[in-house]
Amino acid sequence: MKYEASLLAVIIFLFIVAFVLFISYYYAKKAKTADGYFKAGGNIHWGVNGIAFAGDYLSAASFLGICGMISFFGYDGFLYSIGYLSGWIVALFVVAEPMKKLGKYTFADALDAKFNSKGIQLFAALSTLIVSMFYLIPQMVGAGSLVEPLLGIPYWSGVLMVGTIVILIVATAGMTSTTYVQFLKGGLLIVFSVILTVMILNKGISTNPDSNYGEYHEFVELDIASINGDTVTLDDTSYVISDTIKTDSYWFVRIMDGSKETIWEVNVEENVLKETLFITELSDGETLFNGAPREDAQFFLVGHMSEVDGSTDGDTGSLGVFEFIKAIREGKVILWEKVVIKDGSSILTVFYQNEIDGSEVLIPGLQFKVDSDKGATFTDRLDFISLMLALFLGTAGLPHILIRYYTVSSPAAARKSTIVAITAIGFFYILTMFMGLGAMVNGTIDLSNSNMSAPLLAQAFGIWIFAIISAIAFATVLGTVSGLIVASSGAVAHDIMDRFMGIKMTETQKVWAGKITAIAVGILAMILGIIFEGMNVSYLVGWAFAVAASANLPAIIMILFWKKTTAWGIISSIAVGLVSSMTIILLSQKVFDGVYHLIDVTSPMPVNNPAIISVPLSFITIIIVSLLTQKKTAKEQLI
Amino acid sequence: MEHGPSTEWKEDGSSDYKARLGVKMFVFYFVIYSGFILINTINPKLMGVEILKVNLAIFYGIGLIILALVMALIYNHFCTKKEKEMALLNKEGDK
Repeated sequence: MKYEASLLAVIIFLFIVAFVLFISYYYAKKAKTADGYFKAGGNIHWGVNGIAFAGDYLSAASFLGICGMISFFGYDGFLYSIGYLSGWIVALFVVAEPMKKLGKYTFADALDAKFNSKGIQLFAALSTLIVSMFYLIPQMVGAGSLVEPLLGIPYWSGVLMVGTIVILIVATAGMTSTTYVQFLKGGLLIVFSVILTVMILNKGISTNPDSNYGEYHEFVELDIASINGDTVTLDDTSYVISDTIKTDSYWFVRIMDGSKETIWEVNVEENVLKETLFITELSDGETLFNGAPREDAQFFLVGHMSEVDGSTDGDTGSLGVFEFIKAIREGKVILWEKVVIKDGSSILTVFYQNEIDGSEVLIPGLQFKVDSDKGATFTDRLDFISLMLALFLGTAGLPHILIRYYTVSSPAAARKSTIVAITAIGFFYILTMFMGLGAMVNGTIDLSNSNMSAPLLAQAFGIWIFAIISAIAFATVLGTVSGLIVASSGAVAHDIMDRFMGIKMTETQKVWAGKITAIAVGILAMILGIIFEGMNVSYLVGWAFAVAASANLPAIIMILFWKKTTAWGIISSIAVGLVSSMTIILLSQKVFDGVYHLIDVTSPMPVNNPAIISVPLSFITIIIVSLLTQKKTAKEQLI
Repeated sequence: MEHGPSTEWKEDGSSDYKARLGVKMFVFYFVIYSGFILINTINPKLMGVEILKVNLAIFYGIGLIILALVMALIYNHFCTKKEKEMALLNKEGDK
């Protein structure tokens, strides 16, 4: 896929960025005090706060990541929508009002309300920084992915751009501007997602999904004349097979047409060669897409159904909500399997076609293995449970979400704003299914980047909707990153510098400490965003949820509901939750493959998602350590 | 810097009621959510069964989202009702 900027996209993008910066400038005068900077004065209306919650929460992971994952793996991406939304139940029923009552600026205040413990102040702040950083990385990856098609500039410049703009937003007006940026972007995202969904349903489904991109790629199949061992002979002798790449799990052949290279999957069942897409990373650092530089646009978009309405040449026309689901369920869908191969000094990533029943797309199992009949092991199922547990428990442990409870005036307002958030977020998550499936069947998947399906889907309907959706998606990143940076600067300036280190600061100095931290965190996030290029943002956010669920939630729950909880118990629980969850993540197969790029190396961890191990471990730790330190309560003031 | 509550408000005595109600509703939702995870891990084929024009996976998944909203509204109704009752009692007590 070759990305070219459009003038309209650039204009709309610049308008939104200018508007966001104007909001920051406008509210800058309200951020002169610590109250104004860290919690927007504590008097935001609950309705505004609720939509701002949605703007904060519906991050790049929700829009880009989930839609992308659904377009690649069907229902498995929707699992994130279900888990992310369900997590708000924990926030509403268990955490919202008590957090509002106990805390002032940060969730560390609430944990520490009974103890005034230096240890809690330090560890809760560290946890805030680590969770926020895990959450920041995917936002930066999302920003970098977006600017390529939107502005036609490289990935790294998008990361730098979003980092710089966010630093400007946060450093000028803190939580006040962040709140209104999130409110604006949350509202716009939902409205335009509805518009995009209506366009998807109106277009219907075709086996040949032509669009604004022009005619859909026509996939070629070559008939096999004979197979003798590893040697394949074709009916059409004008094609000459130059190379065979075969193992127990895949079989490809390379065909050279002059200097042009193509790779084909040998499909023994159907006795044909099927076209593949492939990326070659050469030893000199150059990357080729279908054998050519990306600018040559050889790496075409994919995503279609091979059978609709019982026909291999079908077109449903306009569909209703249920008819759309039914058409997919009763048809056949072409999905794309991926295999990474060490090919001499190069690394070859081949994407080959996999035709499956539409009904398979609409149940779990394509990304997360759960069915033993399809090879799922016990640890595969454990991994699935672990992910769903992290999504459910993670929301109420996210520091940038928790601080939004301090921007409203009362516990009742905190509760009501959570309900507004659940309504807005829940509605949006239902739309993700249609946007993701829409991308899957409308030829708008860039196999080299699973985060781009939703903007590319918008582009298929016209440049104006693409420009608006992309600009909103960019604002989405801005809103969420702003919230994360405010949370991080509160952790450093309030929890560590003011309370833990006891540095005496005036109101102005506290605000400056927050601003300087915001700049430092922003720069670090930019660096990590460049390192993590290419990972699915929803998967990355899943890890942030796991760390939050492991390090923060057990401490929050126990301080609220178990009177025997001690300061040492909280400190140990946060430390064990952080260390165990991060250890499992950093030694998981996903990180081995996607971050360390270790090919054919098996990781020592049986699961990719840590929550099933790290959350119980954190709970057990807080119970045991609290019981062991009961008599030391009087001394805990000195910890 | 002191680290008391972020804003001042009057405690109306409804906190215990709201906390108990919240925990009960949380447990109820968690059981339903666990059912979703268990079906997926123990009998994933069941997720393909048709219910009301869609399959169980979509029905249950969207159902969990809608249930969260419905329960949130019910919770808010009872909390607001209790807060008003307590506010009335406190007012009468002041007299």
